Amino acid sequence: MNPSIYRIANLKKEYARRIVLDVEQLEIQGREILALVGPSGAGKSTLLRLLNFLEAPTQGNVIYQSLTMNGKIPLQIRREVTTVFQRPALLHASVRSNVAYGLDLRGARAEDRVNEMLERVGLAPLAHAPAHKLSGGEMQRVALARALVIEPQVLLLDEPTANLDPYNVGLIEEIVRQQNRERGTTIVLVTHNIFQARRLAHRVGLMLGGRLIEINDTATFFDSPSDPRTAAFVRGDMVY
Amino acid sequence: MDELTRGLVQAIQLILSADPALLEIIFLSLRVTGLALLISTLVGVPAGAALGLSRLRARGLVTALLYTGMGLPPVVVGLFVYLMLSRSGPFGMLGWLFTPSAMVAAEIIISFPLVTGLTMTAVQGTDPALRVQVRSLGATRAQETWAVLSEARIGVVAAIVAAFGSIISEVGAVMLVGGNIDGKTRVLTTAIVLNTRTGDFVLAIALGIILLALAFIANAAMLRLQGQADR
Repeated sequence: MNPSIYRIANLKKEYARRIVLDVEQLEIQGREILALVGPSGAGKSTLLRLLNFLEAPTQGNVIYQSLTMNGKIPLQIRREVTTVFQRPALLHASVRSNVAYGLDLRGARAEDRVNEMLERVGLAPLAHAPAHKLSGGEMQRVALARALVIEPQVLLLDEPTANLDPYNVGLIEEIVRQQNRERGTTIVLVTHNIFQARRLAHRVGLMLGGRLIEINDTATFFDSPSDPRTAAFVRGDMVY
Repeated sequence: MDELTRGLVQAIQLILSADPALLEIIFLSLRVTGLALLISTLVGVPAGAALGLSRLRARGLVTALLYTGMGLPPVVVGLFVYLMLSRSGPFGMLGWLFTPSAMVAAEIIISFPLVTGLTMTAVQGTDPALRVQVRSLGATRAQETWAVLSEARIGVVAAIVAAFGSIISEVGAVMLVGGNIDGKTRVLTTAIVLNTRTGDFVLAIALGIILLALAFIANAAMLRLQGQADR
């Protein structure tokens, strides 16, 4: 088993005094693909924002690479983690400029890396097209390329293929799988789609009402879940 | 109509003859407007961005003040600057009254709220998700602000264009604080007023045409910039 890249204990997040996240314990292992499933409002996206250091927890700390993250997070550490969101927020610029953006932020523009990335996501012919004129699937591939080109230690995916056609879903899943296999990038995937979790993840966790109900390796999670709520969720007859 | 035609012909003649007195008026107009616009832009764009991005509770009040500033009657600004700079006023020792400096000061007061207010609105109109995304990609605070400003660039350029238009055509305030002194503080607008009053309509029309042409060229250049940025 790989050493853990994140450790979380008694992590809470409140918005307007309402607890939206309350995770007792969670360890994310380096080089794994962890899927978090659960209904909307379960706190999955909130957890991703905390893992990306975009917001501070109300209580508890995120321990990343054995370092307790509180107060101001050093820029180098922040730059090891990135998120691809459900809606690809692209800049009003060319596909190429969008993909190169993260490198530009680091003052490390490398044309060959950008080219290679455009090839990988199948967008090389559209490199000079305005990014906001692309189709939804193409836009999401731009967002994925923009995240991968900076070679993050951790890639967070927040419903990356919701509302996409099967062709683009297949492409994106394959790129994610390849990134994890070949570069060892740790991936945390939030999804409504339990089939996607089953296809991609090494481990799967169920979240409900801000809590982590069960986390297990994928086969156990789906075939012999220990919590009845997990069983109901994977059968597809959970009421929420 | 006859006067209009003659004005047009004379305007062309005047421009072609490169009359030194006329050139001086044109250059002073551009200098005063340009300097005022430059200062308003350098301070107003960052200020507008900061306001647009902040979640201050006092922002409502600041916004109301800015919007009021955007509608300030220029002649009232002129009166205010006049009183400030007059010999008994608090800034009388500067000796700026009836100099181009006083005109620049008045035009800054007129254009600053426009640049700031419209920049703020443009920044508020950008996608909030983009800011989170940019931060997630490792942007520093300054890089995040820059990203938002360049997303809002159409609105920011419009803010600068609007401010330019309002001060190049401004007459009340510059008349009050500049005094329309020949060879010293006479600009296109004040010269038009003077020539109209003295019945020299042809020259007034010629000056008006030059003023319009300048405004048109400046706006076209800005819009071109905007168009390129959007590609």
